[in-house]
Amino acid sequence: MYALVDCNNFYASCERVFNPNLHHKPIAILSNNDGCVISRSDEAKALGLPMGAPIFKWEGFCKINDIQVFSSNYPLYGDMSNRVMKILEQFTPDVEVYSIDEAFLEFIGFKNYDFNDYGNQIRKRILKWIGIPTCVGIAPTKALSKIANKIARKFPEQTKGVYVIDSDEKRIKALKWTKIEDVWGIGWGLQKRLKANGCKTAFDFIQLNDDWVRKTFSITEWKLKKDLEGNPKILLDEPKNKRAIATTRSFDYSYNDLNYIKERVSTFATRCAEKLRKQGSSCHMIIVTLRSDPFRKDAERYRASKHVSLTFPTDSSLVISNEAVKAVSSIFKKGIHYKKAGVIVTGLVPSDNYQLDMFEHEDPKHKSLMSAIDGLNNKYRESKIKIGNQDLKRTWKMRQERLSPKYTTNFNDIISVK
Amino acid sequence: MLNHKVKKNILYKSKNLTFYNAEVSDSLGGFFFDTGISAGFPSPAEDFKEERLSLDKEFIKNKEATFFARVSGQSMVGAGLEDNDLLIIDRSLEPANNKIAVCFLDGEFTVKRLKMDKTGLWLKPENPNYPMIKITEENDFVIWGIVTNVIKKVY
Repeated sequence: MYALVDCNNFYASCERVFNPNLHHKPIAILSNNDGCVISRSDEAKALGLPMGAPIFKWEGFCKINDIQVFSSNYPLYGDMSNRVMKILEQFTPDVEVYSIDEAFLEFIGFKNYDFNDYGNQIRKRILKWIGIPTCVGIAPTKALSKIANKIARKFPEQTKGVYVIDSDEKRIKALKWTKIEDVWGIGWGLQKRLKANGCKTAFDFIQLNDDWVRKTFSITEWKLKKDLEGNPKILLDEPKNKRAIATTRSFDYSYNDLNYIKERVSTFATRCAEKLRKQGSSCHMIIVTLRSDPFRKDAERYRASKHVSLTFPTDSSLVISNEAVKAVSSIFKKGIHYKKAGVIVTGLVPSDNYQLDMFEHEDPKHKSLMSAIDGLNNKYRESKIKIGNQDLKRTWKMRQERLSPKYTTNFNDIISVK
Repeated sequence: MLNHKVKKNILYKSKNLTFYNAEVSDSLGGFFFDTGISAGFPSPAEDFKEERLSLDKEFIKNKEATFFARVSGQSMVGAGLEDNDLLIIDRSLEPANNKIAVCFLDGEFTVKRLKMDKTGLWLKPENPNYPMIKITEENDFVIWGIVTNVIKKVY
């Protein structure tokens, strides 16, 4: 059996643990730099505050409706997420952390368990120990556990937050209830094609012919179909290395100065290179993106990106940063107000095993230099060593005007009790 | 490793092990072992090695459920909770009569001793200048966690 445990409105729930006044009140959490809404409590959803709403447009709406707005407090959410995952590991050794607020569990050798009761224990323990409400969906496969979780979330009164699909009858009922666009892993494009073939629900999807699904779509969709039939084909993931690494960020204000943008891009590139080294990969390609401020009506809109293919794979901050800065200079246009830039590295290969080029290769000194830099930066827990084209004096700061305290990671921020 | 000087200073010789009195400058009066076992000989202190004391281990029984809070005010001085003291709170513990708990009462965090009897639930301050608080249906009330330890600065 598999379970999907999902924290309800996770960011909002974290804020509520340390500020119980916020219970039953509408809350919204903003993205990095206080750009747009990325998480809403049920109450804020009910008021009609949309996901992704740019806050400067919705400020008035939030005021009128008394919606409490917070900057994202990742140190807090990260710590609370770790606690949730650690508790889940007490219930089974096989846990796949799927995102900051959800995890798949696999139960091997739990033959005579009452899963409804077990799910309740999971829910209760997380709620009591760290104050975060969750929903638990349990089913014979991962895809079905995702559906069971949706049912638990949708019908809190009947399910009490836990739903188990443990019979064919329940499975069929659940599949008929699930719209095709709500099935896990069915993206927008696929959904359109399936609807064109008369698939409105997950149940319609499993009526399709196996071979046809495999031929028309891919092995992934076939696996999904089997999973929905109750035949586990999507297995618990080992933590996998990523296939592309991106560092993309909005600036705090819009900028039109190339030097400033070069500095940002160099910093993003360095960050990507660090992530590459951490997972032991090197990249073949660097993509740099640049975008104007989409909300400025008075200025020209512009977005551009540049792909750079490298003759040898690299994980060196120096090489990646140099190439990224060259690339961004080549797509930079004067007179535009830029709001966002990004560096993506892809074409990843393991650093210890790649095809050597006859004529071009990386300066071997970079390898030891990079490990020395990583060592120092790790030791001091911040980027003490930077490349010359990164800003040395100024530390980049996110705009976080409505940040809640770091209740669990900073002694100066812990709650005060009378 | 073994130099001539050392070789002379045999301290103790057993069947397959010889202890030398070392003249190595950088060690603090340590011994030098020659063993004939190529993989190296474990330190005789190894068997007696114990982990250094850890305050975390001593005071935090359940890492996942442990949170910290700072005391503000004098309401619990009788129980040794003074202004600015640090509280260790374990949310996994069950509330019980006489336990000290961090509660959320009508919009504010408060730390008090729980008193449960036939008349209901009371929050008892440990300071004669503060009144007992009776918890009723009208209160917005949650027991947030149980206090397990108090840490105070004394200088």
